[in-house]
Amino acid sequence: MLYTNLNHIETAADHSKIISENENVMVICGRMGPMCIPVYGIAEELESEYGHVKFFDMEFDNPESHVIRSLPEVRGFMGIPFTIYYKNGKVVKATSSIQTKEQVKAILDSEFAAKVNA
Amino acid sequence: MEKSNHYDAIVVGAGPAGLTAGIYLSRGRLRTLILNEGTVGGQMVLTHEIANYPGVESISGYQLATIMKKQALSFGCEIKSNITIGKIDLSDEIKSVTLGDGTSYSADTLILTPGGRSRTLGVAGENKFKGRGVSYCATCDGDFFTDKEIVVIGGGNSALEEAVSLTKYASKVTIIHQFDHFQAFDHAIKEAQMNPKIEFIMESTVAGFNGNESLESVDIRNLKTGKTYNYRTDGAFVFIGYIPNTEFVADKIETNQWGEIIVKADMSTSLGGVFAAGDSIAKRYRQVTTAVGDATVAALAATNYIHEKRAKKEHLATV
Ligand SMILES: Cc1cc2nc3c(=O)[nH]c(=O)nc-3n(C[C@H](O)[C@H](O)[C@H](O)COP(=O)(O)OP(=O)(O)OC[C@H]3O[C@@H](n4cnc5c(N)ncnc54)[C@H](O)[C@@H]3O)c2cc1C
Repeated sequence: MLYTNLNHIETAADHSKIISENENVMVICGRMGPMCIPVYGIAEELESEYGHVKFFDMEFDNPESHVIRSLPEVRGFMGIPFTIYYKNGKVVKATSSIQTKEQVKAILDSEFAAKVNA
Repeated sequence: MEKSNHYDAIVVGAGPAGLTAGIYLSRGRLRTLILNEGTVGGQMVLTHEIANYPGVESISGYQLATIMKKQALSFGCEIKSNITIGKIDLSDEIKSVTLGDGTSYSADTLILTPGGRSRTLGVAGENKFKGRGVSYCATCDGDFFTDKEIVVIGGGNSALEEAVSLTKYASKVTIIHQFDHFQAFDHAIKEAQMNPKIEFIMESTVAGFNGNESLESVDIRNLKTGKTYNYRTDGAFVFIGYIPNTEFVADKIETNQWGEIIVKADMSTSLGGVFAAGDSIAKRYRQVTTAVGDATVAALAATNYIHEKRAKKEHLATV
């Protein structure tokens, strides 16, 4: 169970609905550990600033997370969380292990165009 | 109404020490701002279970951090996290901090609680293969290395204990250590030495990480002969100790040879009005309880400092 303030994705069906219905989506797939918690924290802080992006998490040990673990983009990943950025349902970027706020913002800015309030 | 950027107290770092200082200062009705570079909770969130914090039988570091944060906020403390500090001025009577985004804050007193972080090797390929074979957390990433051969770099308690725990997954764990002996408790050394899956490469260090999509080998340098050779491995776990996060003030206040801030019994530093607490100060035992204890002293001493300073000013104004 992920006790973050992000919206959780519980099933593969939810996942596919979310990425098809939203233009810009970031999904952090991890556990409640030291490499993952900072990334959830960053996403929670960026939620208000990036109103045009939907932020979610998904439990790595939930079997339904195969939708993320089996992506070709995560081949070679050996560090959680697996963070996936989707644009119109397609993976545009994926990162492995802990990231800084600057790294996350750089991806959001380059992959998901300008901020709504910019 | 626009809020002023001047505070009674600024606390730098929101680990257990910084949050405790925030609780005491704001409960003492001092306008307090905590500035934190990373995630609120600091190293506490690295801990899956804290079983030695009195009054709480067992709790995850994340949950304890969340409670401490809530407590500080409930007394009116402000917290800004995931910021970077661009400039810090501590020598004048009014202390000032400018963030990476250009925003400046000032305060009458400042408490440094930046804690510490895991040391990284800083060698070629380390960043590139982070999350692709190079890891700093056995409980997080151990299962990616099921039936694989891995190396553990380091020779202290964490390196040896984590090496043993990684044998649950890996088929072989090779510990690479720079000295000919370990700096760890006897029981940790014995447990590692008795484990049939663990091998040792002593007096050696890792000089580089290589691979394509993920880590495939490390360059091992023998420190006695100076020779470097390539060693095939699927993963590398780095546990080579901690360093204090004091680089940003090292040329401003007194620190020892390891960069730890030197404090007096009331947690005051070499600069008037600047206090320090937690893992970043020169001390022997680094725990949540000791961080919380130091920070209590620092916050009360800082409160006293402000009251005395204001009383002096008022006195001067009346004579
Ligand atoms: C794996 C692990 C397990 C542990 N287990 C236990 C345990 O079971 N029990 C126990 O009591 N202790 C445990 N500890 C030790 C405990 O976590 C530390 O002693 C404690 O967190 C120190 O608190 P602190 O507030 O001084 O520093 P930290 O927890 O390190 O917090 C410092 C904060 O300051 C921030 N910071 C750093 N530099 C700056 C800057 N320039 N500007 C702004 N902010 C900055 C950091 O990002 C961080 O958020 C463990 C530590 C580790 C690593």
